Amino acid sequence: MAKVSLNRIPMPRQDPLARSKNFNEVALGYTLEQAQVEAARCIQCPKRTCTEGCPVEVDIPGFIKALREGNMPEAVKVLKDKNALPGICGRVCPQETQCELKCVLDKKGAPIAIGRLERFVADWEVANLKAVGAVTKPAPTGKKVAIIGSGPAGLTAAADLAKMGHSVTIFEALHVAGGVLMYGIPEFRLPKDIVQNEVQYVASLGVKLALDSVIGKITTIDELLKDSYQAVFLGTGAGLPMFLNIPGENLNGVYSANEFLTRVNLMKAYRFPEYDTPVKIGKKVAVIGGGNVAMDAARCALRLGADVVNIVYRRSEAEMPARREEVENAKEEGIQFKFLTNPKRFLGNQQNWVTGMECFEMTLGEPDASGRRRPVVKPGSEFVMDVDEVVVALGTTPNPLIASTTKGLETTSHGTVVTDEATGKTVKPGVWAGGDIVTGSATVISAMGAGRRAAKTIAEFLKG
Amino acid sequence: MYKILVREELVPHIHLFKVAAPEVAARAQAGQFVVVRIDEKGERIPLTLADWDSKEGTVTIVFMEVGTTSYRLGALKSGDSIANFIGPLGLPTHMEKFGTVVCVGGGLGVAPIAPIARGLKQKGNKVISIMGARSKNLMFWENELRRVSDELIVTTDDGTYGRKALVTEPLKELLQGTKKPDLVVAIGPSIMMKFCAKTTEPFGVKTIVSLNPIMVDGTGMCGACRVSVGGVTRFVCVDGPDFDGHQVDWDLLFARQRIYLDEEKRSLQQWQCARQTCTEVQK
Ligand SMILES: Cc1cc2nc3c(=O)[nH]c(=O)nc-3n(C[C@H](O)[C@H](O)[C@H](O)COP(=O)(O)OP(=O)(O)OC[C@H]3O[C@@H](n4cnc5c(N)ncnc54)[C@H](O)[C@@H]3O)c2cc1C
Ligand code: FES
Repeated sequence: MAKVSLNRIPMPRQDPLARSKNFNEVALGYTLEQAQVEAARCIQCPKRTCTEGCPVEVDIPGFIKALREGNMPEAVKVLKDKNALPGICGRVCPQETQCELKCVLDKKGAPIAIGRLERFVADWEVANLKAVGAVTKPAPTGKKVAIIGSGPAGLTAAADLAKMGHSVTIFEALHVAGGVLMYGIPEFRLPKDIVQNEVQYVASLGVKLALDSVIGKITTIDELLKDSYQAVFLGTGAGLPMFLNIPGENLNGVYSANEFLTRVNLMKAYRFPEYDTPVKIGKKVAVIGGGNVAMDAARCALRLGADVVNIVYRRSEAEMPARREEVENAKEEGIQFKFLTNPKRFLGNQQNWVTGMECFEMTLGEPDASGRRRPVVKPGSEFVMDVDEVVVALGTTPNPLIASTTKGLETTSHGTVVTDEATGKTVKPGVWAGGDIVTGSATVISAMGAGRRAAKTIAEFLKG
Repeated sequence: MYKILVREELVPHIHLFKVAAPEVAARAQAGQFVVVRIDEKGERIPLTLADWDSKEGTVTIVFMEVGTTSYRLGALKSGDSIANFIGPLGLPTHMEKFGTVVCVGGGLGVAPIAPIARGLKQKGNKVISIMGARSKNLMFWENELRRVSDELIVTTDDGTYGRKALVTEPLKELLQGTKKPDLVVAIGPSIMMKFCAKTTEPFGVKTIVSLNPIMVDGTGMCGACRVSVGGVTRFVCVDGPDFDGHQVDWDLLFARQRIYLDEEKRSLQQWQCARQTCTEVQK
């Protein structure tokens, strides 16, 4: 066998200066040639550890083999057999901690770029749609399942159940399907056309989409179960923004990341006034937090014309939960970082606009429950940062609406719904849950994995 | 898509739409609101329910042209459709038998106060309604409100109709009267609601107001609608829109309502220019 190549093909990207001023996608995607060179590095090892690292168990060596042999329809088929949303996962999954971490070449520092290849195959399908042919629909079982929420958890559960012939309706509170993929993650990281394409694919399996349907208001879980559905899957995510609860947080110019990103992404405020929804952009913006959400908000603010954008994080760089790649992208674009810093209060002017942020310096103490070192306030270290806009990106918890309108669900003190991890079953008969509503804010792929596991046991339940 | 079945211009710049929205109508209760988005490029804006008919499957909204979205809405005709019509959102107004209730509707607030007055009367309350407008030609739904009230007091700021007074004057007289009301519900411009609350406060009469901050989703997801009530931050779209007027931080509400004034101006100018109805300001 030829010597294994350790030259991982880099992802072509827009130039940092140019991209910091537009909302076009940052990563441009491989060419067919690049994809095949990268695919050729795969040694097709029999152990398939990569597949074990994938929460939805994609046959990774299988689709890579088809790709390298130039059999694209086959590559699409293998990929989509396990993953209904490959164009999304190829873009936003943390492969570096999942499949690519398990790749045998990871030890040599050059794992196969599985995410990039996944994206390439998904994008090829979109560009050559007809080549793969229409989906064949299974015989209907006559069983009805209601899916609440159209994020990755709901879409995956819906696709799996529809493929088995069940009649599936997704109820979504917002005016479009996709959940965080539509309202949270920005266009330059995950184009909305890609999301809608994959939503359309799920719909093409026979899944009905009921948009504008806030469950808990328009109807309840109990009524759905009573009226016509044999099973319900809750995939309503973690949509409630957390605030710092410090003085000045209601000043004008202080946004939750959810509001800021929803205005920019879902409502397309980056195209105001062509689109009606506005968003304020300051000259000196501070984004508080260290996750993907903070990176996304910071990079949006920069693109919309802020002079300086600081990410303010209370621990150090090593503890940041954001994907490495996105931190690098943010740095290249000129986002600045203030580590070991935590706000104490916001200062405002007569008109209630934020003008400053008083912060503490922090040090790191003993590890806490999350395993990360606990940030501790340095006494007397207060200083004021000049800001005219703040985005608070501290994380989210589940919206209490579903739990408060459904009898007999068990929830934790964080508002998450308690389930059996292997099956997604809640303590309430006929009700399953998965994704961020169970775990709190996590990842697209873990939500999809949960949707898949639930679909499996829902199907068994419907048979019984 | 949600079809506009009836469109009526109640008074200049204030329109009534009856919209086909059976699922919303089936669950609607007084005090709740809908979020409306006109089309692909539209904003999501909240509008309080003015009426509904669950048998007919319709919901009635009344709105005033003030910004781009409401002007764009106002330009729609009956038979046209609205892309999104989401609700019923928020908590319904709490209704029970209180005794005597004063319902104050100022300007546009007459529309949402009507179903509340109706509900309170059905619960066996004595309902005294006060409706106010700047001038006679801006007055609508006098008969609608009269029908659901035991007494109706009408005021105009300029005295062109009814009593020349602000709504707070008859309100104060009722509070000073022999039979002090047990509850006041006030809906209208924020400044009016604030002054109603200030009027009732010394009398210790509980005063419910329906707050109207800027919203985006209307489901508790963004926090755009946050207000401070009794020193605690609340989301109006899920914790309200009704709150105890004596506890509301009014200055914060006013300030937060003004966040996008510049953008709103710019957006409206652009829309009007595109329709060639813009004034010389833009030239
Ligand atoms: C800005 C941002 C960036 C992120 N970046 C990444 C990333 O790079 N990689 C990654 O893997 N993960 C990322 N995540 C996390 C990831 O998006 C989530 O973990 C994932 O979307 C969770 O999926 P879900 O299906 O559980 O819920 P969601 O995607 O939250 O979807 C839930 C849906 O349910 C709807 N809903 C809620 N309540 C109701 C109701 N009562 N009735 C009807 N519908 C309702 C909501 O409107 C929503 O559409 C990011 C998150 C954010 C916010
Ligand atoms: S409008 Fe978004 S939380 Fe109330």
